[in-house]
Amino acid sequence: MYLGRVVGSVWCTVKNPDMTGCRMLVVQPLTPELTNTGKQLICTDTMGAGAGEIVYWVRGKEASFPFLPAEPPLDTTIVGIVDRVHVKRTVEAPAEGALVETPKPAAPVHRKRSRKD
Amino acid sequence: MLIARIVGELTATQKHASHEGLKLLLVQPLNLDGTDRGDAVVAVDAVDAGVGDKVLLATEGFSAMTSVGRPNSPIDMAVIGFIDHIELVQGVD
Repeated sequence: MYLGRVVGSVWCTVKNPDMTGCRMLVVQPLTPELTNTGKQLICTDTMGAGAGEIVYWVRGKEASFPFLPAEPPLDTTIVGIVDRVHVKRTVEAPAEGALVETPKPAAPVHRKRSRKD
Repeated sequence: MLIARIVGELTATQKHASHEGLKLLLVQPLNLDGTDRGDAVVAVDAVDAGVGDKVLLATEGFSAMTSVGRPNSPIDMAVIGFIDHIELVQGVD
């Protein structure tokens, strides 16, 4: 499984019939220090995760197991929403002059509701 | 399977029902010289490992699922053993 942050969602009207009703989210993989790593990807969602939330997702055939007995053609699925990450490792001091980005905690997500809602 | 070191723990309340009761660990795969190999991953714990331990990491679904006795569970990584010692034979490439 891998850590990630939900950064968006994907709409798909025409898709495999087994995937009907699957939410699909854009996920940015994260390091344990919650900095971005690698490229964003699309994961189906079984937990009801929302934008900005830190999740863990599974890759491979196992990604379709939450949908059993259906076997949709999926290879990445969010299977949990992370409450807390507890990291205990020393991070090597960066070389002098290197660009250092200090990891920032995830910004809280405020969903604005319009009056039409 | 990979050599890895446990660097942290993770808690999740909302998760797949089959993950309940399993410990989730943040595991950093390692090269033979002890340097980091790629990014850290999340793995379930099958041997009661803790932070700082050097462990054996199964990175395939079937072996990971069976190691924790949860078939048909969405699990693709598991810590399945502790590494005491690694010996490399010199001169064999």
